[in-house]
Amino acid sequence: MADRNSDQATSILAEPVRFPSEEEFPRRYRLLRRNMILIMVAVTILPLVMMAVINHYEYQQALRREIITPMRSLVSKTQHSFELFLTERLSAVSFIASAYSFEELSDQKTLNRIFHVMKDKFGGFVDLGLIDSFGVQKSYVGPYSLEGKTYMDHDWFREVTVRGEHISEVFMGYRKFPHFVIAIRTENQIGENWILRATIDTEKFNSLIASMGLDSSSDAFIVNHSGVFQTSSRFYGKVLERFPMPMPPINYETDVVETMDPQGHPILLAYKYFLSPSFVLMLAKPRSEVLKSWYTLKSEILIIFIVSVLLIFLVVFKITDILVKRIEISDRERLVTYHEIEHTNKLASVGRLAAGVAHEINNPMAIINEKAGLLQDLIETMPTFERKEKFLKLTESINACVDRCSTITHRLLGFARRMDVEIETIDLNEVVQEVYGFLEKEAFHRNIEVRLNLDKELPEISSDHGQLQQVFLNILNNAFSAVEDGGSIAITSRRQDPELVSVSIEDNGIGMSEETMSRIFDPFFTGRKGYGTGLGLSITYGIIKKLGGHIEVNSREGKGTTFTVFLPKSAKQEAEA
Amino acid sequence: MNKIKVLLVDDEQEFVSTLAERLEFRDIETLVAMNGEQALHLIEEHKPPLVVLDVLMPGIGGLDVLKRIKRKHPEIQVILLTGHGSTKDGIKGMYQGAFDYLMKPVNIEELINRMNEALEPSKLRSR
Repeated sequence: MADRNSDQATSILAEPVRFPSEEEFPRRYRLLRRNMILIMVAVTILPLVMMAVINHYEYQQALRREIITPMRSLVSKTQHSFELFLTERLSAVSFIASAYSFEELSDQKTLNRIFHVMKDKFGGFVDLGLIDSFGVQKSYVGPYSLEGKTYMDHDWFREVTVRGEHISEVFMGYRKFPHFVIAIRTENQIGENWILRATIDTEKFNSLIASMGLDSSSDAFIVNHSGVFQTSSRFYGKVLERFPMPMPPINYETDVVETMDPQGHPILLAYKYFLSPSFVLMLAKPRSEVLKSWYTLKSEILIIFIVSVLLIFLVVFKITDILVKRIEISDRERLVTYHEIEHTNKLASVGRLAAGVAHEINNPMAIINEKAGLLQDLIETMPTFERKEKFLKLTESINACVDRCSTITHRLLGFARRMDVEIETIDLNEVVQEVYGFLEKEAFHRNIEVRLNLDKELPEISSDHGQLQQVFLNILNNAFSAVEDGGSIAITSRRQDPELVSVSIEDNGIGMSEETMSRIFDPFFTGRKGYGTGLGLSITYGIIKKLGGHIEVNSREGKGTTFTVFLPKSAKQEAEA
Repeated sequence: MNKIKVLLVDDEQEFVSTLAERLEFRDIETLVAMNGEQALHLIEEHKPPLVVLDVLMPGIGGLDVLKRIKRKHPEIQVILLTGHGSTKDGIKGMYQGAFDYLMKPVNIEELINRMNEALEPSKLRSR
């Protein structure tokens, strides 16, 4: 397509200066934008992330401590209750063993009475028996008939013989209830010794565990050192079944470990080993339950974190976008101003050159004028002579040429003079004709028909002659480059209303697309790459705005283009407003 | 009307002498000066009623000469010739008392018309 925006006025007069092309601009600003975003995001997000992470761990630890401590103390307290209970039972049996002699205890009646008192006062006793130092059951009160039974080879008998007392692990006894045994060896002054053995059910164990007041997801139970349940567990097995997890390391202080239950759920396990018997009290809580509040908080923190990160990104992007756009715009504006100045300077120097040349030519032209005039005078005063008419024609033709030359020099001088910005009274028709004068020769050579439909009644306006010249020169130049040889251009001046006049320049050239039309007044937009600076119409637009007018463009591809310049009758008022 | 007497001032000798000769043809008496000083000298000597003065001259410029003429002899009429497309100098000259200004190259008939107008007593009074 033809370059509607080429700045021929400049390119005719001097080499157009090369400027960074359209494509080079975005890359620079993209880079700038990217760097700014990276730095800003890094500076804002990094501390936020660090803070969130630190907070996360700090809080997790604090919360864990807060949850673990009660678990630990609960286990300690309960274990203490167990020991108290066991000691009490042990003392009771021990007291009986010491308070009565072997003979008294051997008596079935006495033993029966004692058994019933104990059952009554302490509860939980299932049977009571006396065993002599050879391990033979001497007397027995209880649901079995065990008299005469020998315990010589039993482990507990050996232990009680050595240690003096024994508390057994839990076993399934009478009526399929879990029981345990307490045995005490007593020695009298003469060295005889015997063993009092009582069986107690584990009802009390359950009530001790129940007194811990656990919630439904927690579980407390006792296992022995080799991992057999001594009480039933809520989740992990019945009494005398195997504890399904590895035993925690032996620790006679309460400890809490994190482990996995057989279902694979993470749990917190608080435990304490008994000194004697070989019990371990355990309290298991699912970790998810324990840290539920923490997880809730964590998700809240996460949401806040994500929202603020998004917000930061949004703000950073927006701010950077605005900033970079501002920079881009101001860069462009600066460049445009720079080029406008350069353009003006160029025109000014061209003007000075033209003025110099015109003036130099003007003087000899004046002499030629006078000489030819004198020659004419001389010929006219002479009497008729041969070829007098021919001579007169020659001098006339010289005069005509001088007139033509002086028109040209005056026009050049006028052009130079009008480089200075000033508001004066102007006949727009005259300006249009002057500008057309510059292009008349081109029109002639390219056989372009230029019609001037100038309104004779057009009111004079006050505006800047030189600037308007440039405006029309730019538009007319574009029209000339848009039309084919033999095309036509119409220049029409019209009075729109009392305060507004217009000049439209219509061509039947190649026209342009909507998209091009929307951009022709943008600086650096050129239809043809590398042709012109793309400033011609931008400057034109700027000048018209400055003079208080406006410009309209109408174009159809393949049909032609019409530029219409509207100017107020008085530029000054509008320009100052 | 008496024979017009005019002083022509221009630094281009060819121009001024030819113009003088043409004016002589038309019964106008001419004096010729090639520069400002010479012009002022001739004015003192001959007191011409009319001066045709080129604006752009080396030495004392046309506008300076005009100023001096008007200061000493306000009755002398001055027509300016400008080779400088500028109407500015012409207008400036008219503010300083010049009768009119013409652009070079100048049409002889027009010049004579202006000269006649300048010397018309009625015009003199009206200015």
